[in-house]
Amino acid sequence: MANSQSMVTSFLGKVLTGTHNFGVAPVRATTAADTFRAALLLASGTFNANSANYTGTVGSVTMSGEVSGTNYTAGGVVITNLDVPASQNSSPTAGVGYWTPSSSVIYSNVTLSTSFDAVMIYNVTQGSAGAYPAVSIHTFGAQTITAGNFTLTMPGNTTSTALIRLSTT
Amino acid sequence: MLVNTIHGEMDDSLLVKKEGSLDNDIESTTWVEYWLDDVLVHRSVHVTLKTSPLSALEAASIG
Repeated sequence: MANSQSMVTSFLGKVLTGTHNFGVAPVRATTAADTFRAALLLASGTFNANSANYTGTVGSVTMSGEVSGTNYTAGGVVITNLDVPASQNSSPTAGVGYWTPSSSVIYSNVTLSTSFDAVMIYNVTQGSAGAYPAVSIHTFGAQTITAGNFTLTMPGNTTSTALIRLSTT
Repeated sequence: MLVNTIHGEMDDSLLVKKEGSLDNDIESTTWVEYWLDDVLVHRSVHVTLKTSPLSALEAASIG
C-alpha cells in the first residue's frame, strides 16, 4: 500500500479546538471551549468572507449593519455548545472536521422591523469590545419580527451538513 | 390561546392568523402572523438551516 499525500483528518478536528498553532495564539486561561455568540445582520449589509470581526460591544453597542430593536441585545445571543468538534475520514486522502451548535439559536419576544437575512457567528472569549473574531456568516431569506420569536435551528451535525465544516478533497 | 402582540397579550380569537413557509436548498422556514384591523401585531419566524458553505483544505505537493 502506497503513501497518500493528504491532510490528516484528525488535524481538521484539532484545528477546531485550537490544538495546533502555527503562529502566535492567545494565551488561554483554561482548556474549556470558548464562548460564541450569534448576531443578526441587516439585509442591507455587506458582510462576507472579509468580515474579520464582530465590531460592536456585546451587551451595549450594536455593530454597524447589525439589527436593533425591542428586546434584542447588542451582539445577539450566546450559542449553546455542548458538542465537541469531530472529524471523520472519507478516503485515504480526504476527510471532514465539523462542528454544529447543540441547540437552536432563539431571539425571544423581539421586534426587528428592518429586514435581516444573515447571522454572524463570532468568538467572545478571544476578543474584546470592537474586535471579537468572527467565525462565519450564514444567510437565509430576509425576515422581520413583530413582538415574536426568531428561531434559528441548526443543520444536522454531520460531515455533509454541519454548520462549520473543514474538508480535504 | 393568548398571543404576545405589540399591544401585550391578546386572545387569538380577536386576531386574524396568517401562516407561510419557504423551502429551498438553504433553509426550511415557517412563519406565523397575527393581524388586528389590518395591523400586524405579531410575527414569529422559524428558520431551519439545511447546510452551510464548506471550507476546503489541501496538502500541497513538495517538489
